Amino acid sequence: MLDFFRFFSKEDNKSKDIAKERLQLVLIHDRANVSPRFLDMVKGDIAKVISNYMEIDEKGFDIRLSRVGQEEDKYTSALIANIPIKRVKNMGKNNG
Amino acid sequence: MGEVIVITSGKGGVGKTTTTANIGTALALEGKRTVLIDADIGLRNLDVVMGLENRIVYDLVDVVEGVCRMKQALIRDKRFNCLYLLPAAQTRDKNAVTPAQMQKLCEDLRDQFDFILIDCPAGIEQGFKNAIAGADKAVVVTMPEVSAVRDADRIIGLLASNELTNPQLIINRLRMDMVKRGDMMNIDDTIDILGVDLLGVVPDDEEIIVSSNRGEPVVTGNSSSAGQAYRNIAKRLLGEKIPLLNMDTEETFIDRLRNLFTVKNKKRTWKG
Repeated sequence: MLDFFRFFSKEDNKSKDIAKERLQLVLIHDRANVSPRFLDMVKGDIAKVISNYMEIDEKGFDIRLSRVGQEEDKYTSALIANIPIKRVKNMGKNNG
Repeated sequence: MGEVIVITSGKGGVGKTTTTANIGTALALEGKRTVLIDADIGLRNLDVVMGLENRIVYDLVDVVEGVCRMKQALIRDKRFNCLYLLPAAQTRDKNAVTPAQMQKLCEDLRDQFDFILIDCPAGIEQGFKNAIAGADKAVVVTMPEVSAVRDADRIIGLLASNELTNPQLIINRLRMDMVKRGDMMNIDDTIDILGVDLLGVVPDDEEIIVSSNRGEPVVTGNSSSAGQAYRNIAKRLLGEKIPLLNMDTEETFIDRLRNLFTVKNKKRTWKG
């Protein structure tokens, strides 16, 4: 009977697809946590790039991996960064 | 100079010991001088799977502590030309050995053997660290199931941070009927998630239990599909290009042709 319903159900209801999707999500977090340096490295590089354009408050710079709801029970991983800005550099030349 | 290969998985019960026994036996059948080391101190099992449990006098810890010479502890498997087992101690715990001691043990065996296979204990603690210490390369065994794949990923990361950067994957106990129904992740799904090279795929096979009941590795018989898969894996370790077993899955004809000619070579993008 189960097979009968499955025949008409959508492709993505296959349990192996659910497994794959769940695994891919959970592994993003696992991998980031295996190495404590991982987020620090990302943070350092982001700070470097942003600093070209604005002065940021390094102490208040917060970065983390988070699970964000998209629709219904669909979730995705997101890198959330909170970067307090002290001053925007004058890039006047580029505005022209 | 022999090659030291550690067989690991993170999760217990996915088939490390069976894999070690069968790859080792298959290598010996290919004429390679092979020694199997059971690094699962306190929970030894490679001896029973190999059917050599009655011949143990000394064990790995005895060798490390200098109670006996290496030669006295190695059990020769008389069924094959050159296959030996170094059993684990059963009454000690994993802290009885250090990574440095394991390294030395592996070095000492290199001259006499072509292949030194280490059966790693489950987990990521001291036993794992000991087992991988002397290894040149790693084989990760997993099953196409969420917890085994997740643990395999963790192990791959830990191997990489211990300079074992390109482990090869064995997908064990694949059930073709379930893959066909879409109820088990297939070979491509699993490689896609883990992003490592595939060494081989072993179908779920009742013969594995039957052979361990008897203490005769399944590769010694010709009838089972798991035995054939393990023989193929041994040949790939020897550098032969052997296509994957044709396992009647949902793949299209074109996919099968592709699998026939290439072993998947996707690289892990992030190593941590």
